[in-house]
Amino acid sequence: MTIDHTGREQIKARESRFRRRFHLALSGMVVAILISVFLAATYGRFDLSAAEVLRAIMAGLGLRSESATDSTSTVVVFHIRLSRIFLSSLVGLALAVAGVAFQGILRNPLADPFTLGVSTGAAFGASMAIFFGLGAEATLGIGLLPLASLAGAVTALVTVIALARVDGQLRRDSMVLAGIVVATFLAALISLLKSLDEESVSSIVFWVMGSFQGRGWSHVGFALPYTLVGLILVGAHAHELDLLTLGDTQARQLGVDVNRVRMRILLGASLLTAAAVSVSGVIGFVGLIVPHLVRITIGPEHRRLLVLSGLLGMILLTWSDVVARTALPAGEELPVGVVTALLGGPFFCLLLKSKKELRSLD
Amino acid sequence: MIETSALRCGYGKKEVLKGISLRIRQGEMAGVLGPNGSGKTTLLLALTGVVRSTSGTVRVAGEEIRDRKPNWIARQIASVPQRAEISFGFKCLSLVLMGRYPYMQGWGDYSPQDMEAALTAMEETRSTHLAHRMINEVSGGEAQIVVIARALAQQTPILLLDEATSNLDVARKLEVFDLLSEKNRKGMTLVCVMHDLNLAALYCPRLIFLKHGQVALDGPTEDIFNDRNLSEVYDTEIRVGAHPVTGSPQAHFVPRGRSRVTAGSLGPG
Repeated sequence: MTIDHTGREQIKARESRFRRRFHLALSGMVVAILISVFLAATYGRFDLSAAEVLRAIMAGLGLRSESATDSTSTVVVFHIRLSRIFLSSLVGLALAVAGVAFQGILRNPLADPFTLGVSTGAAFGASMAIFFGLGAEATLGIGLLPLASLAGAVTALVTVIALARVDGQLRRDSMVLAGIVVATFLAALISLLKSLDEESVSSIVFWVMGSFQGRGWSHVGFALPYTLVGLILVGAHAHELDLLTLGDTQARQLGVDVNRVRMRILLGASLLTAAAVSVSGVIGFVGLIVPHLVRITIGPEHRRLLVLSGLLGMILLTWSDVVARTALPAGEELPVGVVTALLGGPFFCLLLKSKKELRSLD
Repeated sequence: MIETSALRCGYGKKEVLKGISLRIRQGEMAGVLGPNGSGKTTLLLALTGVVRSTSGTVRVAGEEIRDRKPNWIARQIASVPQRAEISFGFKCLSLVLMGRYPYMQGWGDYSPQDMEAALTAMEETRSTHLAHRMINEVSGGEAQIVVIARALAQQTPILLLDEATSNLDVARKLEVFDLLSEKNRKGMTLVCVMHDLNLAALYCPRLIFLKHGQVALDGPTEDIFNDRNLSEVYDTEIRVGAHPVTGSPQAHFVPRGRSRVTAGSLGPG
């Protein structure tokens, strides 16, 4: 067979063009995040100029001594707005990365962080806490709700894995089915709790819809370690995620220790989801739409997909939260889950209709 | 190179391989043939450790594969599956690069050597033009060629193929087998599961026939590829004649209505 060498250099040139374009997109996103953190901090009930916001951030970071007149804006910007912006970015990052991981593991582009019932578990944990009047209890300075929902998320995941194990093997289809069963059952239990106690309905509903209202740096501190561990577990297996989309047999024949790797990714993605849900409630669509959007743009390779999805998730949720806290007059807040669903629903319909998307769903 | 002894395995309660003992030496090119459900694919899965043996052993390069990690096995044996179902739209080049996974270390990306190995494999299979096409947008035959390139990129001493060319037209089939023969001459050990008896007889010096999960026949092609053996294994009348150019034995199937021997005369003896 004759060997044709002419294509080789062209292919490598094209690959390095792709790589440059990726680095460009990456730096663009990082800049966009920095700008949007600052811009988002200028929105709010309290009218502050950009210069005042900058001064307040510097003061909050201890880079600048604050005068008496500054202290109110420092509190507003640094302790209220900036902590929420950080928290919403963190949650956006976690949900988007978890979405990529679940879609890869389940080989299903329509999977999201909530497919396996992890979020419903978290919501159930929080609802129980509210039902038993523990919602206002404080531990570790953050209240019992995040802990209760984290426990709920972990319990749901363990149940789903136990249900989906057949002969020591995790089966994809059983996993999705078990996830649906667990989620539906827990959702029914949440409804039961709501109807048993009229008083807690509104706080359960508000929590289930997802919101960053009243969250602060302590919540960032609570979610951060779980998120970091989750990011490391998923990020370390980016290549394996690529290979796992070929199915277990091929992945194994290419050298992937399938069962161990899948368990780690599953654990990482669930930690990310649980961390996000425990501080913000259930925020839908981010984990579904962001990975889709990025996959359409740059293809399915997980290293790039994970990085860019994470960053886009940060931006998307930051701005969704800005809308959530400023859209209504008179200081009322929308649950941010409502904003992402309202933005995400129609947007997803558009995606489904576009030809490009249909191809990648084949 | 590959040695199985009294290998038994299956799926759940269903036992597919019922005591297979084979020895394939380095540099052999062996065709594995047999009727549907005889255990050909399962044998390949057992050789790569995907299907665990319930008893007996599989040794590759002297090591029992049960004790070795998947990435060690993937540096010894590359596999081309029967039907590569790929649901996400990877570039063909990315798919070939996946063959370099067993050589990756730590958190890094594919190295420049990995890229060279992948491109060499694509040149050998003449699939370079597909590099930046999406795997789910090329034809079934082209996808199969890309998967063969991925296996070559693994640069293993052993290559297993499961019906690897059944999707390809005649010209591409011969092209792939010419390439495989060349690899074989350079020392690569090949085990090819095939349905096409004549293609197997043309290219494989050794044939192994499986039936009901056991080795029915095993030997040099010219010794065992004959009327009686084939007719027995496939329960169908088959006549063997010489290839007009190469002289290799070639099978001719006799339609049931035209059979000139009775079923009884096909029995053992």
